[in-house]
Amino acid sequence: MAHTPAIPLQARNMWRYLPRGGWLLVAPLMVLVLGLFLGPLTNIMVISVTDPKPGLGNYAALFQSDALGGILWTTLRVCVLTTAISVTLGYCIAHAMIHALARERNWMLSLLLVSFWISVLVRTFSWLMLLGRNGLVNNGLEAIGLITQPIEFMRNELGVLIGMVHYMVPYAVLPLLASMQTIDARVLAASRNLGASPAQTFWRVYLPLTRPGLVAAALLVFILSLGFYVTPAILGGGKVLMVAEYISVQILVTLRWGTAAMLAVLMLGGVLGLLFVMSRFMKLSTVFGGTKP
Amino acid sequence: MMQKSGLGQKINRVWAIFLLVFLVAPALVALPVSLTPKRFLSMPTDTLSLRHFEKLFTSPEWISSFVQSATIALTSAAFATILGTLCAIGLWRISSRAGEVVRAFLLLPLVIPPIISAMAFYRLFVPLGLIDSYLGLMLAHTVLAAPLVLITVSASLAGFDPRLEQASRNLGASSMTTLLRVILPSIRPGVLAGAVFAFIASWDEIVVTLFLSKFNVYTLPRRMWNGIRENTDPTVAAAAVVLIGITIIAFLIWALVQRRARTQNS
Repeated sequence: MAHTPAIPLQARNMWRYLPRGGWLLVAPLMVLVLGLFLGPLTNIMVISVTDPKPGLGNYAALFQSDALGGILWTTLRVCVLTTAISVTLGYCIAHAMIHALARERNWMLSLLLVSFWISVLVRTFSWLMLLGRNGLVNNGLEAIGLITQPIEFMRNELGVLIGMVHYMVPYAVLPLLASMQTIDARVLAASRNLGASPAQTFWRVYLPLTRPGLVAAALLVFILSLGFYVTPAILGGGKVLMVAEYISVQILVTLRWGTAAMLAVLMLGGVLGLLFVMSRFMKLSTVFGGTKP
Repeated sequence: MMQKSGLGQKINRVWAIFLLVFLVAPALVALPVSLTPKRFLSMPTDTLSLRHFEKLFTSPEWISSFVQSATIALTSAAFATILGTLCAIGLWRISSRAGEVVRAFLLLPLVIPPIISAMAFYRLFVPLGLIDSYLGLMLAHTVLAAPLVLITVSASLAGFDPRLEQASRNLGASSMTTLLRVILPSIRPGVLAGAVFAFIASWDEIVVTLFLSKFNVYTLPRRMWNGIRENTDPTVAAAAVVLIGITIIAFLIWALVQRRARTQNS
C-alpha cells in the first residue's frame, strides 16, 4: 500500500462535516456531461426540426429524396452483413476460448485484446496496403497464379465489409464469452449421457443457452456499425456512402445542418432503441466491462 | 469442463486460432512498408531502410503531433480518471434507483456514435471559440473517456466490502481519510485500468478531432488520417508501427495490473 500524504487538519475537519452522501462526488462529472454533451445533443435534436425552417421538412425529405433512401439502405445492408459475419466468427472464437486450457485461453485473450486495442487508423491503413490493386493480397494471388486480373477489393462494399468485420469481431466475442461462462457444464454432460451426439448437444442445448449472449453481441456490433465512420470512409473511397460519412459531408462541406441533424436523430433513435432491447437480454455493464475472462 | 472434446471442437479450435491471427496479423503489414527504401508506399524488395523512421522522428510536423496528442491524452485521461473515480464512488455509495438512472446517462457518451458527439461538440464550441483549441479537445475527450473510468472503477468497487468503509469511519477517520486511505488503495487496479483506457480513448480519437481541430491543433490521429487519405507517404507506415508498439506496451501494463490485482485477491 502506498504512503498517502497527510491531509491538512482544516481540510480534514471540513470533510468530516460534509454530508456523507455520494451525490457530491457524482456532481462534477454530471455537470460536465450535462453541459458539454447532453445539452448540445438536445440542441441537435432541435436543429433537426428548425433548420432551415421550422417543421418536419427534413424528415419529409427522407421519402422524397432517392439519395437519402439509398444511403440509409446501404448503411442498413452493410451493418446487417457486418453483424452477421462478425457474430458468427466471434462465436467460433468465444467457443474455442471457453473450451481451451487456461494457459491457451490467456494467449487467445491476449491476441483478442491486442487487436481490440490497435488503433482503427492503423488497421484501416493496413487494409489499404493489403487490398489495393497492387496490394499484397492481389500480388500474392497473382504470383501463385490464382488470378490474372487484380480483384477490386476497395472502393466497394467488399472492402468496407472486410475492414468493418475485422474491427467488430472482438466486440462480438466479449459478450459471447460472458454468456458462455455462465453455462453449467453439467447440462452438457447430461445431454451427452442421455445419448445425444456432440453435434446434437451443441445445436439443441448449447446454442439455445447462449442466445442472450448472441443477441447482445449482435446488437452491440450493429449499434457500433451504424455510426462507424473511419473504415467506410477510407476503404469505401467515396463509393460506399454510409450515414456517418454523409452527415460529416453535410456539416463540413454543404453546410446543411438540418439534414445532418435529422440523420443524427434517426441514428440516435436506432441506437437508443437497440440499447433498450439489449438491456432486456443482458446487464449492459457485463457487455461494456466484460474484458475479464 | 466437458468430458471429451468432439471432432467439431478440435476443428473449431484450429479455426479460432486462425481467426485470432487474422485479427492481429494485418496490422503487421505496416512494418515492412515502413522499412521500404522508396519514397512512395511500397513493399521493400531487396534493401531495407530506416529513412521513414528518421523522417518521423525529425520532422517538426510529426513531432509536434506526437507532443500534442500526448498532452491532450494525458490531460484528458487525468481529468477523466479523477471525475470518473469520484463519480463511481459516489454512485456506489448512493446505490439507489436514481443513481442507476444517472449512471445510464453518464455512460451515454460511450454508446452514442462519435459522429453525433462530434456534431454536438462542434455546435457548442463554435460560439464559445473553442474550435481548434487544446481546451476544446481536452474537454471533449474528457467527456468521452470518463465513462470508461466509471465502468472499470465500478467493477472494482463491486468487490469492495462496504463494511471496511464503516469500520474506518467508526474508528474515527473522516470521509476524506477513508476515501484516500481505505477505498482508493483497494480499488487501485480499477482506477489504473480506467486511466489506461481513458488515455487510449483520447490518444486514438479521430472522428471528434476531425470536427474540432483545424490548423492549430493537429493530433497524431489527425495527421495519420490525412496521410492515409493522400496515400503516398511511407512516414504514415512508420507512425503506424510506433502506434502498434505503444499499444502493445499499454496492453502489457494493463495485463500486469490485472495480474497483480488477481494475485492480491487470491
